[in-house]
Amino acid sequence: MQPVVEIHDLAKSYRRGGQIVPVLSDIDLVIASGDFVGLMGPSGSGKSTLLNLIAGIDKPDSGTLRVAGVDITTLTESDLADWRAQNVGFIFQFYNLMPVLTAFENVELPLLLTSLSTGERRHHVTTALEMVGLGDRMEHYPSELSGGQQQRVAIARAIITDPTILVADEPTGDLDRVSAEEILTLMERMNDELGKTIIMVTHDPHAAERAHSIKRLDKGVLQDGEH
Amino acid sequence: MVIPFRYSLRNLRARRLTTILTSGGMALVVFVFAAVQMLDTGLRQTLVATGQPDNILVTRRAAGTEISSAVDRVQAAIVEAQPEIATGPDARRILSKEAVVLITLPKRDSGVATNVTTRGIGPAGLALRPQVRIVEGRMFEFGTSQIIVGQSIARRFNGAGVGQQLRFGGREWTVVGVFAASGSAFDSEVWGDADQLMQAFRRQNYSSVVARLTEAGALDALAQRLDNDPRLTLDVKREREFYEEQSKLMSNFISYLGLTLSVIFSIGAMIGAMITMYAAVANRVGEIGTLRALGFRRAAVLWAFLFESIALGAVGGVVGVALASLMQFVQISTLNWQSFSELAFSFTLTPRIVISSFAFALVMGVIGGFLPAVRAARLNIIDAIRAI
Amino acid sequence: MHLIKLIFRNALRHKLRTGLTVVGLVVAILSFGLLQTVVDAWYAGAEGAAPNRLITRNAVSLMVPLPLHYRDKIRSVDGVKAVAAANWFAGVYQDPKNFFPQFAVGPAYFSIYPEYRIPDAQYRAFVRDRAGAIVGRKLAQTYGFRVGDVVPLKGTIFPGTWTFVVRGIYDGADAGTDTSQFFFHWDYLNETAKTRMPTLANKIGIFVVQIADADRAAEVSEEIDALFKNSPAETLTETEKAFQIGFVKQTEAILIAVRIVSFLVIFIILAVMANTMAMTARERRGEYATLKALGFGGGFLATLIFGESLLIAAIGAVIGVVFTFPVADWFASEMGTLFPVFEVSRETVVLQAACALAVGATAALFPARRAIRVRIVDGLRAIG
Repeated sequence: MQPVVEIHDLAKSYRRGGQIVPVLSDIDLVIASGDFVGLMGPSGSGKSTLLNLIAGIDKPDSGTLRVAGVDITTLTESDLADWRAQNVGFIFQFYNLMPVLTAFENVELPLLLTSLSTGERRHHVTTALEMVGLGDRMEHYPSELSGGQQQRVAIARAIITDPTILVADEPTGDLDRVSAEEILTLMERMNDELGKTIIMVTHDPHAAERAHSIKRLDKGVLQDGEH
Repeated sequence: MVIPFRYSLRNLRARRLTTILTSGGMALVVFVFAAVQMLDTGLRQTLVATGQPDNILVTRRAAGTEISSAVDRVQAAIVEAQPEIATGPDARRILSKEAVVLITLPKRDSGVATNVTTRGIGPAGLALRPQVRIVEGRMFEFGTSQIIVGQSIARRFNGAGVGQQLRFGGREWTVVGVFAASGSAFDSEVWGDADQLMQAFRRQNYSSVVARLTEAGALDALAQRLDNDPRLTLDVKREREFYEEQSKLMSNFISYLGLTLSVIFSIGAMIGAMITMYAAVANRVGEIGTLRALGFRRAAVLWAFLFESIALGAVGGVVGVALASLMQFVQISTLNWQSFSELAFSFTLTPRIVISSFAFALVMGVIGGFLPAVRAARLNIIDAIRAI
Repeated sequence: MHLIKLIFRNALRHKLRTGLTVVGLVVAILSFGLLQTVVDAWYAGAEGAAPNRLITRNAVSLMVPLPLHYRDKIRSVDGVKAVAAANWFAGVYQDPKNFFPQFAVGPAYFSIYPEYRIPDAQYRAFVRDRAGAIVGRKLAQTYGFRVGDVVPLKGTIFPGTWTFVVRGIYDGADAGTDTSQFFFHWDYLNETAKTRMPTLANKIGIFVVQIADADRAAEVSEEIDALFKNSPAETLTETEKAFQIGFVKQTEAILIAVRIVSFLVIFIILAVMANTMAMTARERRGEYATLKALGFGGGFLATLIFGESLLIAAIGAVIGVVFTFPVADWFASEMGTLFPVFEVSRETVVLQAACALAVGATAALFPARRAIRVRIVDGLRAIG
């Protein structure tokens, strides 16, 4: 299959209190289209940083990083924003919904960056919300929804623009067991039915089980030996 | 148990921008509050310093100002003969029959035609005002067209320097001296010989009579006798009282306007403090819960937040008073509505103003912080801890 | 459409905070408007001045009178249509606090001031009564003067108690006309002065000169002054407007202070508003980062923040401006005749709106810059 993510010799470090702290080094990684990858590792291992780099919200120090056919290290700030709008869907641990917008409006938000008409937007949003099982909650505000429901809204928002990859940072980290299972099942469906490539950072073994492959990070280095 | 002040102060430091903006708003209000009082004090001091406590000023009854007053020669002579008027070492009465005329002079910087009080004095005129001394040139000679000018006039008007000439009343007058009058209203006057001035302006009457009393308590007896004299239609007042009355209208205007504005503006600043403190409480709900869990009482939480708000007010107070103190270098000159003439005075800072301004700032802090502090104190421990 | 909805909902998120900020804005915009109106009121005399009126006074100062016989000489100057004498009376009505302008005026006075509208019958009654007086509508309302009322004034320049009978009440031709004045016959003043205080008789405070052609004001002024050059009482003639501004100029220091203070209140509210926006933006860092991650650019965030700030400022401005009118009316009635003309001008309203919007825009500047610059990764961390 066609690779969606190609990473070669990637390195990233942070400056903290005058000291340079390496976070990632010598990362080589290829993720095929349609894959569902779990990124695991102890906290501070750099897994979220790697995810952020792939999602184009952080910049590496060196190395190449091709995602969805584009070398995103060369893009300017605003080109990168356009690229994200087209290619990346985000699922956050704390859902990151706009509290002042309804479920419908939250999902519609990324479509405002497209040239779709109001009617087309309505159609897409309704379809997406029905797909995540919230067809009857469209006019509710995030504060009126449970954590699991909020995360489902976030998933609907992530797929609404039909992005190439979905990035999920601890998507079940803030949820109870039942809700977490529902969310993971939903993500599996997105992977199976819509063919979305999913990259998920987690430290929950239950979540990791759903992934097709697991990459392990430790102290900023990708470990060999997948399971 | 009391939550240490350090806790409140550190919080102020942690959100520096908010602290600066909130205190800045308060500082501006305090500045207005202090500046207005300084202006009022400056005005009063100027006019009070103009009057000597044992001097009396005689004007025509109900005239109110020297400009609209007229005292004829006969009346002036009767006043001069009164036993309560002190006698000088030269065996003459310490009394000056004065003619006051308003003349219009252009200001040096703006060219604005401005009313200037020109005072013709008698030989005792200078002795009656010990606060007046010649600082440049010399005293004018009686019987000539020589004049001396107050330093505020010398500074601000064309042709008012020593050796220069001013034209009014159909004559050229030579400025021979500049006098300083210790910040009194005389600083904004031109002085010459009363008889010369009356000739030039074709006046028959004096404007007023100024005299020293033998003793300060002699006024009542004198006033009563003059009142009962059918030949006289005169008012006799202490010079100081007369000038205090002169400042009343403008002083009232300044203090009413200033107080009203300070109160209205302070609403804005207190709202600012309230917004800041409500946000401080909202952002620290978890912290408040922890403090309560540790055993601090509601009152302690209330005081910690109230103190934080008072500290905001204190910073505003210090900055505001500091800004206002810079105004001491500014001099204001304006038309005094009552005497109808130019009057120069300064912003004057007194300890009382410093204290009242600072207290005003603290009160703003207390009022602005009270409701938010109450909200902080009333938080439920369990809910508050959950909010972390 | 969506953007506006988002801005509105954001503005209403902290109802207490937004409410308090709006109240602060209203207070500031209102007091700013009132202070500007106070300054305008000061200049009202100059605004109401007609270009075809000149004022002739003694060159020494306004307080030094002119001889009566100047009147006929001035009338003979080419281009002069009418001349009327006016003397400042400076009487006290009951208490020195009750200040209003009183003038003893010559017969031609009211024809020179057509903006003082007097019913014909009342004017005829005034002409017939030696001790008659005509008062302005505002003055009449302040002290409850009605036609036929006897008004005693205690003279300060002209001693004694003078009694006048109100024979007419004049209205202004427009809102800018001063209707707080008290007029009576100059002849009455002069006849009384002749018997009681001869030194004050036959003296004129100012001559009001009506000219045929307003464009020749400068010429006519010079001609009048040339008539009396080198006489014991030289004159100074200027347009009514210049004369009025001369008055205002002398109290300019106070006007400047009022102006400065009126802008200080804008700075006070700017500090409050900037604080509100800074706190709001700080709390929403995570949301801004999320929007950025979704692909929204800095321009969108800036629009959100500026929009919210301007919206709050606009609400405050609208309420503040709307309140300015009734409060100004109330203030004017409380002040009585101190401010003869107290009208909120269009310029004031425009200035109020401009200041509010400037406050809104300035307050958003810092937070917007910060939101644009924040790194997504840092912003997202602010949520967890």
